[in-house]
Amino acid sequence: MSEIDTEEITTELSGETSSEAPARSAAIVMAIAEAIIFVSDEPITSKALGEIMGEDKQTVQAAVEELQKEYEDRNGGLQIREIAGGWQLATRTEYHEEIRKFLKTRPSAKLSLAALETLSVIAYKQPVTVPEILEIRGVQSASAIKTLLEKRLIVTKGHKETVGRPMQYGTSKDFLIQFGLNDLSDLPSIEDFEDLTITALDQQQ
Amino acid sequence: MEPQEQQEQFIFDFHKEIPEIIRGSSDELKLKLGEFAGPLDLLLYLIKQEQANIFDIPIAKITDEYVKYIRLMKSLDIAVAADFVVMAATLIEIKSRMLLPRDPAAAANEEEFDDPRKELVDQLLEYEKFKSAAQMLYERSTVEQAVFKRGTIESDDHNAEISATVFDLLTVFQKIVVRHKEEVTLEIEREEVSLADMIKALRKRIFAELELNLLTFFEEIHTRRELVTAFIAVLEIVRTDEVKLVQKVTFGDIFLKKVEAGSN
Repeated sequence: MSEIDTEEITTELSGETSSEAPARSAAIVMAIAEAIIFVSDEPITSKALGEIMGEDKQTVQAAVEELQKEYEDRNGGLQIREIAGGWQLATRTEYHEEIRKFLKTRPSAKLSLAALETLSVIAYKQPVTVPEILEIRGVQSASAIKTLLEKRLIVTKGHKETVGRPMQYGTSKDFLIQFGLNDLSDLPSIEDFEDLTITALDQQQ
Repeated sequence: MEPQEQQEQFIFDFHKEIPEIIRGSSDELKLKLGEFAGPLDLLLYLIKQEQANIFDIPIAKITDEYVKYIRLMKSLDIAVAADFVVMAATLIEIKSRMLLPRDPAAAANEEEFDDPRKELVDQLLEYEKFKSAAQMLYERSTVEQAVFKRGTIESDDHNAEISATVFDLLTVFQKIVVRHKEEVTLEIEREEVSLADMIKALRKRIFAELELNLLTFFEEIHTRRELVTAFIAVLEIVRTDEVKLVQKVTFGDIFLKKVEAGSN
């Protein structure tokens, strides 16, 4: 202990950054990361965790992955998930009924079919304009877009430099969080849906 | 509950929202709950009902069914969206083009025959992909709703940064315009401030003060014309990424803040 103390003092005196601090054991890095993920209100990135702890991103990333594995192996009521590029502590889906009973809540209102369709077009085609959405859906999507904006699932992404400079839309960070995605590449490729369509059609013939 | 069972339940929920046309004894149709998401949605439904091949749509039959559905909606006093009517017109046009005898010269070469249905089929196939994607999103959000995160800790209030959206910005702007309406002002001379000057002045202020309350900034302005210029200037300056909008508390004041180099 005393050795570490001396080192810390020297670090302070020489004015070096905290990243030069004595190396923590992997177990301590995991413990601190777990504690911070617990108190964090939003998914927290490995980079942000690293900055707080003065550890490099790779060390923290490896530690949290190990932590995630521990949670999995334990098979308890909690899980560590990678959401919207960050880490999040959450309950396991299996126990949602009991949790709802305790919280006395019901699942929140579902998006309408039109809003879900519009959202899927925006998610896959972003940045996308209203006329481009109309072309795919074959129906005006104004009210669906309004709902999605109000729910902060989509954001405006500037104007398209074309005739009329129409507004472009894209998905937000809230979209990733609410749909449990780490990033957009987590979405299955739209071509996979095409395969499904064609297969279904082939079977029909 | 077994996982398999649960999975099915999610899918069932999604379909519950989908309307269904129930065939009565004769030609009479009954409509069950809900609305189709659009004309393409209705068309796909009818094609599936007929168990028709999407690449060889029996256009006369489908057009009849489609028009029947629209009449039904009208008779039930359901507002028929213009897009549904446009699709009916398209179908009728395709139907009439199919009735025309083919050009004998072109008919000799089947490959070159330009099927009037082709464009519609392509549109339907493209649409169906996104419809499947919408179902996938629905399932994801249902699973996501079964996951609970820790509630907000008290201290979160003073460190949570919520990026304000253009939407919030418009709300603030509307508030101010309303306030301006209430004030009676006499505009005697019109002082024109160009957008470029406004951006320059705004940038200078933000860089000097590091943080600027949007409400304060708008309130300093006296004419509506200038207010509009100021609003566009804010949008422009945020778009160029030099400055970000920060709302410290939900429904709180929105601040303009200089983006520090290095941070995103």
